[in-house]
Amino acid sequence: MGASFSLLTVLVLVLLAFMGVRVAGWDPLFGVVIPYTALFVFLVGVVYRIWDWAKSPVPFRIPTTCGQHKSHPWIKGNNIENPSNIFGVVIRMALEILFFRSLFRNTKTELRADPSPRLIFGENKWLWAAGLAFHWSFLFIVVRHLRFFTEPIPFFVGLIEYMDGLFEIGVPTLYMTDVVILAAVTYLFLRRVVIPQVRYISIAADYFPLFLILGVAISGVLMRHFYKVDMLRVKELATGLFSFHPVTPEGIGVSFYIHLFLVSILLIYFPFSKLMHMAGVFLSPTRNMPNDNRKRRHINPWDYPVKVHTYEEYEDEFREKMKKYGIPVEKE
Amino acid sequence: MSSELPPELADSPKPKELMAIDYRPPQQPWMETPVNFKPGNYCFPTKAKNLRVLDMPNPREWAPEEEDWKLPENWMEIIREGMKDRLDKYRSFKLFMDICVRCGACADKCHFFLGSGDPKNMPVLRAELLRSVYRGEFTKAGKILGKLAGARKLTIDVIKEWFYYFYQCTECRRCSVFCPYGIDTAEITMMGRELLHLLGLGINWAMEPVANCFRTGNHLGILPNGFKDALDFFAEDAEEITGVKIDVPINKKGAEILFVVPSGDYFGDPGTYTCTGYIMLFHELGLDYTWSTYASEGGNFGLFTSHEMIKRLNAKIYAEAKRLGVKWILGGECGHMWRVVNQYMDTMNGPADFLEEPVSPITGTKFENANSTKMVHIMEFTADLIRHNKLRLDPSRNDNRIVTFHDSCNPARAMGILEEPRYVIKNVCNNFYEMPENTIREQTFCCGGGAGLGTDENMDTRLRGGLPRGNAVRYVQEKHGVNSLACMCAIDRATLITVCDYWARGVEVTGIHEMVANALIMRGEKDRQTDLRGEPLPGKEDEEDV
Amino acid sequence: MYNGGKIFAGLIVFICLITFPVWYNVVRGKAAYRPELKIVTEEKECVESSEYMRNEHMHLLDDWRNSVVRENKRTYTAYDGKEHEMSLSNTCLKCHSNKADFCDQCHNYLEVTPTCWDCHVIPEEKKL
Repeated sequence: MGASFSLLTVLVLVLLAFMGVRVAGWDPLFGVVIPYTALFVFLVGVVYRIWDWAKSPVPFRIPTTCGQHKSHPWIKGNNIENPSNIFGVVIRMALEILFFRSLFRNTKTELRADPSPRLIFGENKWLWAAGLAFHWSFLFIVVRHLRFFTEPIPFFVGLIEYMDGLFEIGVPTLYMTDVVILAAVTYLFLRRVVIPQVRYISIAADYFPLFLILGVAISGVLMRHFYKVDMLRVKELATGLFSFHPVTPEGIGVSFYIHLFLVSILLIYFPFSKLMHMAGVFLSPTRNMPNDNRKRRHINPWDYPVKVHTYEEYEDEFREKMKKYGIPVEKE
Repeated sequence: MSSELPPELADSPKPKELMAIDYRPPQQPWMETPVNFKPGNYCFPTKAKNLRVLDMPNPREWAPEEEDWKLPENWMEIIREGMKDRLDKYRSFKLFMDICVRCGACADKCHFFLGSGDPKNMPVLRAELLRSVYRGEFTKAGKILGKLAGARKLTIDVIKEWFYYFYQCTECRRCSVFCPYGIDTAEITMMGRELLHLLGLGINWAMEPVANCFRTGNHLGILPNGFKDALDFFAEDAEEITGVKIDVPINKKGAEILFVVPSGDYFGDPGTYTCTGYIMLFHELGLDYTWSTYASEGGNFGLFTSHEMIKRLNAKIYAEAKRLGVKWILGGECGHMWRVVNQYMDTMNGPADFLEEPVSPITGTKFENANSTKMVHIMEFTADLIRHNKLRLDPSRNDNRIVTFHDSCNPARAMGILEEPRYVIKNVCNNFYEMPENTIREQTFCCGGGAGLGTDENMDTRLRGGLPRGNAVRYVQEKHGVNSLACMCAIDRATLITVCDYWARGVEVTGIHEMVANALIMRGEKDRQTDLRGEPLPGKEDEEDV
Repeated sequence: MYNGGKIFAGLIVFICLITFPVWYNVVRGKAAYRPELKIVTEEKECVESSEYMRNEHMHLLDDWRNSVVRENKRTYTAYDGKEHEMSLSNTCLKCHSNKADFCDQCHNYLEVTPTCWDCHVIPEEKKL
C-alpha cells in the first residue's frame, strides 16, 4: 500500500508540473515561486530540526564500543572503533559518514537445517554497496549541477564533470553517476519489496523519497538525452534564482519544469522526513563521543539529587546483626 | 554429565522443535497484530510491595494475561508527559526517534529475532513501537498523515505491546554496532521501560532485586550476616583445598581498595567459585582491601529500570568508598555493572575527588584510563599482574578444561574490554578456542537473559534468545571439544548454564577468576587434589580413591 | 553536554555550502553574464532550424562524423531538401568560423567539452 500510494503521489506531482506549465503556463510559479519556497523551507527546516535536536542535551557519554578500549600500554587499543580521544572520534565519524563503516559490517544470518539445525553467518555487503553508490553519486550530481548555478564555473565542477563522463559514451556524454544512481535506487527499492522482513517494516515514508529521487533522476536523464531543453535559458533561470533576479525565459521545455518541481518537492519534504538522517548521523551519541568516561568526567546538565538509602539508615536497620557477626559499625 | 534436562527445562520443547523458526512475517501489518501473552514468553509483573519500597507509582497486583492492567486513569497524559520530558532530556532518544530510515540492517542482528522469528523483535520494529506513537503524538506529519507517516494513536494495546517487547530486549546493543546511524535499541528500550514504570508496569525479577538492593545493599537481599557467612564459607573452602588460611576483610576502614562484585558471585554456583578465586588471589597478593556489606552489589538493576534508579543504587559505591576512606575501587567480573561504572557512575554520582588515582600496589602500574572514575576492572588488574610476572601460575591445573570465551554484551559494547580477559585466560589455561568471529567481541551474542530477563517463567523467550550464543558454543564444542564457557559476568554465569544445558549439552560455565585461582600457586599451599569445584585436578583423578 | 558551539559551527558550514551559488555569484559578480554568439556569414539559415540546431547539433555532428568516417556518405539532405556536404570544416565552420565567438560561448557557459577539437584543427580566428 505504501509503495503504490507513493508511486501514485510522485506521478501526480509529475502531472501537476506538466499541466501547470504546458497547459496553464504558470512558468513563474514553477520556475520561481516554488523553487524559492523549497529552498527556504529546506534551509530553515533543516536548521530548525538540528537546533531542535541540539536543545536536548546528551546527559551521558554512551558510545557503542566496537573494539578494544585503551587501557594498558602493552595492549593495543583500537582508537577508531573505540576512540579514546577526539582524534579517534573524528576518524570514526569520517569513516561512518563518508564510507558507512557500520553498515559495512553487515552480515546475513541464515538458519540451515542440514546436517543439524544451526545458524550460519555470511557476508552481506549489497546494502552497503548500493547505499554508498547512491549517496556518492547523488553528491556528485549535486556538485555537477553547480555549472547551472554559477558563473564563471568553479574548477572543481569541471573536474567532477570530466571524471563523471570519463568514458565518453554517447553524445551528450553519458554520466556514470546517472547510471549508478538509477541502478542503486532501483536496487534499494527492489530490496524493500523483495526481502520479506524489509517489506514488512517499510512504510510510505520509505517508498516516497525513493520514488521521488527516482523521478528526479529519470527526469534529469530524459532531459539530457531525450527531451532536450534550451540549456542557455535554464542557466539563465538558475543564476537568476541564485542572484535574486528571478526570470523565467520563454521556451524552456516542460521536462525541465518537471525536473525542477520534483527537486523542489524533495527539498520541501526533506526536513520533515527520515531524510534528516543526513544531519542526524553527525549527532549520534553512540558514535560521536570518545569512550573515555573513566578518565574524563561527563557532565549531565539536568542532574538532580535522588532519594538514596544512606549508610546510616542501613546501619540503623542492621546494627545488631552486624555487631553480632563482628562486622565493624559506626555507632556502637 | 547426565542426559536428563534440568528441572527448569523439563517442560521446554526439544531444541530441534524450537529451531523450527519461521522468519517470514505474518500477512497482516504489524500495527494490526496484537500481542499474545502466553506462559513462557513474558515475565511476571512487579509485586506491589517492591514498588512501595522504592516509592514508585501505581503499586498493585496485576497480571499481563488479564484484560485490565489497572492503570491510573490519566495514563495517557502520563505517557505523553513522560515522553515529552525524555525527548527534552535525551538527545539520543529524540534523534533515534527521528532518523531511522528502516534499512533493516539491524533485523537479523537481534538474538531474540533470530530465536523467535517474531518481526517485532527486529530492533527496527521494536523501536517503531515507540516511534509510531512519537509520530502520532509529537510530529505534524504524523498527526496529519497518520499511518502513511508510520504514526498511530496511543492505546492500551500499544502499552501492552511495549510491555511485551521492551521486556524481550536485553539492551545488549548488538544492533547498534551495525546501524549506520548508531541507533541504539538499548537506549530505546530503556526509555520504553521508564515510560512503563510511570504506569507501574515492570517485571518482578528486575524490581525485586532493585528493591532489595536499595534496602540491603545487594540484589539478592542478603543481610550483612549472610554476606559475612558466605565469604567466610568460601575462605574455609579455599583453605580446605589449598591448606592456606585466608582472611576476608569486611567494612574495614582505611583499607587501600574497596572491592565490589555482583551479588551473584557470592550467592550461587558457579559465581561462588569465581568469588573464592578473588579472595584467594587477594590473599596471595597480600592486598590491603575490603569488602562492604552496604555496597555489596556492583550490579545495578537500576539500568533495567530507569536512569534515576541507576543513580539511586549506584550512589552506594562512592558513598561507601568515602566512608571507609579507601584510595580507589576495584570491581569484579560483571557485565552491566561495568556499563554503569564506565558510562554512568562518574556522571551520576561523581566527582570522586575524595579518592586517589588508582595505582596497583603490587606492580606500581597507574590505571590512567580510570583516573576520574577511580574504579578499575579486575581483568585490567589481573592482566597487569600477570604481565609483570607477579603471579605464579600453573595453567596445567586447568587442563581438564577446553575453554572458549563469551564476551558479555556490556563490557564488549559499552566499554571495549576485549583483550584483557583473553590475556588472562590464555595465561591460566592451555586449551583455548575462539567461537566464530561473528559471535564474539563487539559482535558477541547475548546470553538471552540480560537486562532483568534471566528468570524462569519466560523460559521459552530465554531459550530462543540464547539460541545464537548456544549455537556458537555448540559449534566449538563439536569442532574443538570445548567443555568450558568462560565469561566475566554474573548474569552470564547464571543464565548461560541453562543456555548450554539446552543448546550445547555438556559445556560448563566458568568465571575467569575461578580458573585464575585454580592455576594460582599460593605460598604455603599443600599439594592440591581438587579444583575449586571439588573435582579432581587433571592427573589427580586416581588419587581421589586412595 | 550540549555541544552547542560545535553544532552551531556545523550549521554555519551547512548554510555556507547550501548557499554557495549565492555568495559565489555575488563575489564573482558575473551572474548576469549571458553568452553572445557571433556569426560572420551572409547565409540566412543553417542546415536545420535554429531551434533544432540549438538542442540537437551534437547529435547531428555525431551522425555526420559516423556517416562520413564509417559509411563514406558525405551528403546530408536537410528538411527543406537542400543538400550539404557533411563536413565540420567545410560546412559548419564556413559560417561559424569563430570558435571563441560561437562554439565556446555556450560550451564554456555550461561547462561542456566537446571532443571535436581532439581531431580537428581549430580554425584561425577571422577578424571581425
